This record gives sequence, structure tokens and C-alpha cells, in this order.
Amino acid sequence: MNVRRLDISLDHCPMTFVKTKLEMEKLAPGDRLEVLLTEGEPLDNVPKSAREQGFTVLSVEPVGGGIHRVTIANG
Amino acid sequence: MADGGKKLSIVCFSGDFDRAIAVFTLASGAAAVGYRVNLFFTFWGLDIVKAKTGRSFTGRGLLARSFGFLMGGRLNLPLSRFNFLGLSPRLLTGLMRKRNVATLDELIDASRALKVNFYACEMAMQIMGLTRTDLVPDVQEILGVAKFLELADGGQVLFI
Repeated sequence: MNVRRLDISLDHCPMTFVKTKLEMEKLAPGDRLEVLLTEGEPLDNVPKSAREQGFTVLSVEPVGGGIHRVTIANG
Repeated sequence: MADGGKKLSIVCFSGDFDRAIAVFTLASGAAAVGYRVNLFFTFWGLDIVKAKTGRSFTGRGLLARSFGFLMGGRLNLPLSRFNFLGLSPRLLTGLMRKRNVATLDELIDASRALKVNFYACEMAMQIMGLTRTDLVPDVQEILGVAKFLELADGGQVLFI
């Protein structure tokens, strides 16, 4: 299992979604993607969008300073 | 992007810089959240997908070539307001970089990477004397209204 990491905490719409989508496309079955993102629209919608596209959101956890780590799995 | 799922089709009529940003923001954002996205470039919007990105006498015939030159190409798209002889789009791009917001070039690249579909209007190309080779390879087909409506059927349609 590979774990990829992506920091979109400084990005804005639509690049938050774009970067996440491009990274999710690289996930082989069983791989994970850890995304650092901010509260508000990214936190509300990046996990939702991942689920809608068939990925599994394993966890959403605050890491401080208004940043959250979302762990997404392929499968 | 699965066929039969969510779909967004945008008629890209304008050749304005800020409207092009709106087009590619919506296109890349929608593609990123799983939409099939169709961009239909017509009239001034064709300037965005010309192979020659700078000012050039693109087109067939004197009048068409003059239009091509005056339109200016993708690197000279004017701002719809306060263009100031082309200075404002450059200032705006600098501001976007400074604020960590994607620039027009980055949004176009993102749209390409997310396999947004690019189409060009056959009728507008005829008027402007353009042929397939005058456009970027991303344009996958030259269409008429009927085919565009068929592609857009069942999804959301925007005119920008």
C-alpha cells in the first residue's frame, strides 16, 4: 500500500478539487491519499466529492491552525 | 468521468480574459468533482483555442486575417472592463499569482489534465476563415448546433 500526500491548504477553488482529483487518479486499489486542507469549502466538499467518485474517506482529523487531514482510500 | 453521469456544457462565446477565467474555473472545477464537461468555442471564444497564441494574421482571406490580427490571440485576451490597452489582464494575472489563485493558463492546463472536451463551432470558423489546423490539438471535433445539443442533452448548459 502506498500513501500519497497532498497539501492544498494554501490553494483556492477550483484548484483544491483539481489537485485532489489528479492525485486520486494516481491511486492504485488499496492506496491512500492524505490531504491537508482548510476549513470551509475544501473541508465541506473535498471529502464529499471523493465519496461521490467512489473513493472511501477513512478519516477527517484536525491537525491545528484550522487545517484538517483527510485520508482517502481507493476502494 | 462516466457517460450518463453529471454533465456541464458551456458555450464559450466571449473572447474576454475574465470570462475565459470563468469558463475554465467552472470547467476544471466541474471535471474535478466528476462531471463530464463540454466546451463549445464559438465567435470571439475561438481566440482562446487558436494554435497561435499571440497576435497573428490567422484565417483565410483579407478580412478574416484582419479580424484574426485584431482579436489578438489567447495571450492578448482583453479584460471586459478597464482593459487599459491590455495592461489589466497582466496586472490581474500577477494579482492572482500573489493571492495563490490559479491563473488562466493554469486553469486551461487543469482542464486539459482532467480531460475536459473541447469543441469548435463550424459556422463561426467558416466566418473567420479558420480551419482545423488553426486550432490547438485539444479541439477534438468541429461541430454544428445539432451535435452540440446532442452532447449537452440531459446536462446543464451555460453561455459565457
